[in-house]
Amino acid sequence: MRAFNAVFTRDLRVAFRRWSELAHPLVFFIIVVTLFPLALSPTSAQLRELGSGVLWVAMLLSSLLALDGLFRSDADDGTLEQLLLSPAAITVTVLAKVAAHAVVTLVPLVCLVPLAALSFNIPLVALPTLVLALVLATPTLSVLIALGAALTVSLRRGGSIVGLLVLPLTSPLLIFGARATDLGINGEPTAAPLFLLAALAALALALGPIAIAAAVRVGLE
Amino acid sequence: MRLPRWFHQLGSPPHVYRLADRLAPWLGTLGCALLAIGAVWGLAIAPPDYQQDEVYRIIYIHPQTAYVAMMAYVVMAIASGVGYIWRLKVAHAAAVSAAPLGAWFTFCALCTGAIWGRPTWGTYWQWGDPRIMFETLLLFQFLGYMALRSAFDDRDKADKVTAILAVVGVVNVPIIHYSVEWWNSLHQGPTIMRFGSPAMTADMLWPFLTMVLAFTLTFYWLLLRRLQAEIVEREGDARWLRELAPEGAQ
Amino acid sequence: MLRAQDLAVWRAERCLFEALHFELHAGQLALLVGPNGSGKTTLLRILAGLGEPTTGVATWNGATIGQLEADERGALAYRGHLEALKRDLTVAENLEFHAALWGGQADCREVLADLKLSDAADTRVRYLSAGQRRRASLATLRVSGAKLWLLDEPTTNLDGEGRAVLRDWTSRHLATGGLAVIATHQPDEFTRSGVLLIEL
Repeated sequence: MRAFNAVFTRDLRVAFRRWSELAHPLVFFIIVVTLFPLALSPTSAQLRELGSGVLWVAMLLSSLLALDGLFRSDADDGTLEQLLLSPAAITVTVLAKVAAHAVVTLVPLVCLVPLAALSFNIPLVALPTLVLALVLATPTLSVLIALGAALTVSLRRGGSIVGLLVLPLTSPLLIFGARATDLGINGEPTAAPLFLLAALAALALALGPIAIAAAVRVGLE
Repeated sequence: MRLPRWFHQLGSPPHVYRLADRLAPWLGTLGCALLAIGAVWGLAIAPPDYQQDEVYRIIYIHPQTAYVAMMAYVVMAIASGVGYIWRLKVAHAAAVSAAPLGAWFTFCALCTGAIWGRPTWGTYWQWGDPRIMFETLLLFQFLGYMALRSAFDDRDKADKVTAILAVVGVVNVPIIHYSVEWWNSLHQGPTIMRFGSPAMTADMLWPFLTMVLAFTLTFYWLLLRRLQAEIVEREGDARWLRELAPEGAQ
Repeated sequence: MLRAQDLAVWRAERCLFEALHFELHAGQLALLVGPNGSGKTTLLRILAGLGEPTTGVATWNGATIGQLEADERGALAYRGHLEALKRDLTVAENLEFHAALWGGQADCREVLADLKLSDAADTRVRYLSAGQRRRASLATLRVSGAKLWLLDEPTTNLDGEGRAVLRDWTSRHLATGGLAVIATHQPDEFTRSGVLLIEL
């Protein structure tokens, strides 16, 4: 537990020292969300129909941007191998890094999405469902992104390939999340997809750190 | 855990190579023969479906390719996992061999699906169909695996990293399958139609099963041949290889 | 006690070293010498648990190094060419992090004073010179409280003063029952009685 806190606070501290970089995924999200209506010239009814899908896709793509901070910078300065060698369990320290990354990258995005949703004429009543779906999807997304980062940590130019690896894995998230949002917009019951998102989150948090730790270990050999 | 002797023997490249050499011709001949028989039976002899008429005959090819594609991923994941846990290079070689085969079969499944779709839906591609989505995502998982492997210079590292990806991916396969089915069940549009499987009578079932067996055998035949090529590449200069090579060959 | 039995490492078709046997006991120093590319770094990383030998096994107190229990891992400290410091944190913050993670007890201020880094304690690592960074890296070593030190060319970037501190620390570490394996191009700096010389 002490190790978790130590790694978590350290990562947060490091991230906030470079706070200008934290804004990149947020700006990217706003740009993507702006590009869609530009390209489609939709009516306001069409916007509402497309809205949840566009928002979820934009969020997925934006969250891929801040990957490097997860493992690559630690691998470059040698702190990652120290984490591997330390008496703390690597699965715990990895989970701490994933949590810090989620707080720093995903939470701001999750706060931004409802604002963008309003611009897509998504009714206020649907916002709680949207936010809940995003919150439930965040752990799984964090874990999958971390897995992509860990698998490519030893590659010199791993960035371009991570999207190809991670995006198929996140497709169930997209399906359940966007559908939940749509159901919320139409006023239909949303329990099913939300429960499924929660189940995925539980699965990801249980098994994810093991896979990520294994990938880190192989990457540092 | 004491593992049986045959398991340890399976870790030896020369043993596997020779085993593949003996098995492959049988699988190949039987597989291709069954393909020919099944194709003629299904495409020419079996009676037309009363609903879908001649079009339904794609059922003798499309589901088989889709099923083999999924099996290929599972084979790849199991082989990778075995190779990772027990440090067997041959298992990793098997996973590497299965990947492009799986990708090709998935591609064929998508193509045959499109061929089926044209008369059924009026278009070649229907984004709403769960099977197309599933097969597309499966294809991406294969491509991702192959891309990741080729990004590494060190083959051992590539083996282990892609093993992790394959195992995570195989857990994802049923999740994707369930999620696209669920997604499709929400659609109400009458224009989006599933691949209606006609109720199969006996004279449709037999050619169907024949083709299933045919495709499976053909897959394993191709897999074994690729595995042999992969083993040769990995073993390089090994003495057992040189002994196998015909006189005068390098 | 550190023991290496029949260690061999092959990279692709090339043999880096093979049939390596040695034993290191408390209070003993091993010096790893050899030309560039001879496998010193690889051997140190294997002893640290960051890599696997092609054949053979390395053990620490009887347990295989690649499979040590969590608390046993705390007994080993590896410092390679990388400094293991976050550049955006200050020296003091880096030391505190190491102490928290490794459960060490050495007083950070005292360690910094030894290394003449007290003034730099609250400076971010990215603003330090190469020599100061190397010293800060060594400071984390003392804070970790490890018994076995595995150091890969620790004198890189160190001036005479820094090297003297390193020698002093090594002596104190060995005197209190610690062990050390140091890869170096200048074995004479560390030579003392009872040194085990491993030539690759």
